[in-house]
Amino acid sequence: MTGERLLEIRGLCVDYGQGPGAVRAVTDADLVLHRGEVLGLAGESGSGKSTLVMAATRLLRPPAVITGGEVRLFAEDGSVVDMLEADYQILRVLRWSQVSLVLQSAMNALNPVMTIRAQLTDALAAHTPSMSRKERSVRAGELLEMVGINSDRLASHPHELSGGMRQRVMIAMALALQPQVVIMDEPTTALDVVTQREILEELKDLRDKFGFAILFITHDLSLLIEIANSIAVMYAGRLVEQAPAGALFRAPRHPYTLGLLSSFPPLHGPRAPMTGIAGSPPDLRMLPSGCVFHPRCRFAFDRCSADSPPLVAVGGRSDRLAACWLQHRDQEAPPVLAVPEPDVAGWAAPPARAERIQQGSTA
Amino acid sequence: MTAPALAPPDTTAAVLEARGLTKHFPVHGSVPRAGRRLGRIGGPGPVVHAVDDVSLALRAGQVTAVVGESGSGKSTLARLLARLATPTSGELLLAGHAVPHTQRRRLDYAKTVQMVLQDPFASLNPIHDVYYHLSRPFKVHHLARSGADLDDKVASVLERVALTPADLFLHRYPHELSGGQRQRVAIARALAVQPRVLLADEPVSMLDVSIRLGVLNLLADLRDRDHLAILYITHDIASARYLADTITVMYAGQVVESGPAVRVTDSPAHPYTQLLLSAAPDPERVTPVTLRGAGAPPSAVAPPSGCRFRLRCPHAMAICAERTPPALSAGKGHSSACWLLDPGHQSPAALRRGTTPHAREGTPDLGGGEVMSADMA
Repeated sequence: MTGERLLEIRGLCVDYGQGPGAVRAVTDADLVLHRGEVLGLAGESGSGKSTLVMAATRLLRPPAVITGGEVRLFAEDGSVVDMLEADYQILRVLRWSQVSLVLQSAMNALNPVMTIRAQLTDALAAHTPSMSRKERSVRAGELLEMVGINSDRLASHPHELSGGMRQRVMIAMALALQPQVVIMDEPTTALDVVTQREILEELKDLRDKFGFAILFITHDLSLLIEIANSIAVMYAGRLVEQAPAGALFRAPRHPYTLGLLSSFPPLHGPRAPMTGIAGSPPDLRMLPSGCVFHPRCRFAFDRCSADSPPLVAVGGRSDRLAACWLQHRDQEAPPVLAVPEPDVAGWAAPPARAERIQQGSTA
Repeated sequence: MTAPALAPPDTTAAVLEARGLTKHFPVHGSVPRAGRRLGRIGGPGPVVHAVDDVSLALRAGQVTAVVGESGSGKSTLARLLARLATPTSGELLLAGHAVPHTQRRRLDYAKTVQMVLQDPFASLNPIHDVYYHLSRPFKVHHLARSGADLDDKVASVLERVALTPADLFLHRYPHELSGGQRQRVAIARALAVQPRVLLADEPVSMLDVSIRLGVLNLLADLRDRDHLAILYITHDIASARYLADTITVMYAGQVVESGPAVRVTDSPAHPYTQLLLSAAPDPERVTPVTLRGAGAPPSAVAPPSGCRFRLRCPHAMAICAERTPPALSAGKGHSSACWLLDPGHQSPAALRRGTTPHAREGTPDLGGGEVMSADMA
């Protein structure tokens, strides 16, 4: 399913503000996005997931400052672009043609006084000046049809479309120049579940057809497990775990991931009391020492409050990363965090979710 | 049309009951244009059918969840139950007594029925501290005998929502609290008058995922310890299954299904509930999603005749356009407003497959049953 790398983020750090008052929103983030992959980025509000991708695409505005790391984009023509060094002219060419963005609020992302046609042809006009007005309009119609909207809607204004249709227009717009990377920041959060599902199914078909990679940001981990190939979990600006979706769901290695998973009540099985995660996410201005999750972690021990754990491969697998001292070789992880690796390819083992939740709450 | 009570018969008497509650909002502003389209110039103007003929019973010590998409009328229903909106028709019974439609004795009503809103960032006043917010209900309802008594009462209500020690929170301002703490303050404010009914309109949807369960567990605790009758409005059917005793599913202003929570989610009887469940995020899903009846809700100004779901329904029959389906029994305490449950009507699909609508122990196999049971496996 996945191919060569398209976007590589290494050690990215982002601060808001400068000097002693600066707040570090993203700390040492590493992410690699491959062709044809859906990479999920999960985290609560304030965890830095949006800041991370906005920094990687150089869309952050002051007071945000990128203070370290590198971001490399592997362009279609084989060239490698250092996104953090690239000047405005280079970025202008790359944006939308190589990397496009779908935002959460389609109502705010679309211009209310421009027709859908004008907004869909805008990027085409800027990037492919050779196209005539007529060709652009035809292409805009094709794009709309592609996302399941009748092309006679080209003349509509955003307020004449439903929320789901507006989000589809955003997706059509993002695909206008057939980019390699599509970044989606909570694209379906404001939509009803049925509409959300329709759009996700369409997105899957489009991905299969065009082979672009999706970086999908959401707080809804239960949704991400269904649609993503690989999932990275962020907490307080740090990546705490990354794993293939099935493995992350069935055998999480970080207590925060385990807590998040047990925060979504299941749709099946017996009802059991669940506890979620105690406490609330930390204030980024006053981060706890050591592991940022330790004050909320029920497995925390001495080392957790002293040293910050690095994000390292666990269980001898390069595709499983976790930043937790419990997974360190000197340490014996609690059973809920040491569930054997599932056979992801076959989806064989039926999940014993209720069991795990109960284990979790008694452990 | 008489409104059959959709709520399951229960020995516990309802604290608050709605019978055939209806709310139509006149369409302002666009009256001439909409009137022309509907051919109603000179007649009564067009209306939004926000809530149509909804019956619901809230019982002590039970959580009733109302699940629906945006625009299904669930928030309007909560406002009607809180008497923040006046119903167009239908009645409201508080402990068996009819509640007047006027604003008479409003304060007495508020002493029994309280509401918690969705957004704790907006429902608390940023210029007042927690103490101010929580002392207001005691002052408005003349419930404190002295200043010291007031202080005690405010502290004890904070403790009920697990914001302890109370001293730590009393003089904080909303911006100094996290979202979960703010929502707890909003719940504490509602609990101050010792109501018997709590109406919670999407109380956790604005909160961070990791703290939602804490607030849901608090509501469960209030149900079990204080025997509050709780209305839990949500669009998240999984959380309704977790918290609620009964689930009522609304679509386009009407109740389409109602029954015990696990029963409704495990063997949904109405095609719309089945659609909702097949679309809900589910990490344990093994088969690809099949959406039967995808599309958008109908216009609330000119809803279709008969069943409002029929334009999207994979099982629609002739009768669905002719008559509005009544609430038909789908098993013990479980009812669904769908003609497929009427023995006289069967879906062509069910007939083709030679099954009766009551195939699975009184649960209708609506053709979608295959999809659903595969999902549940």
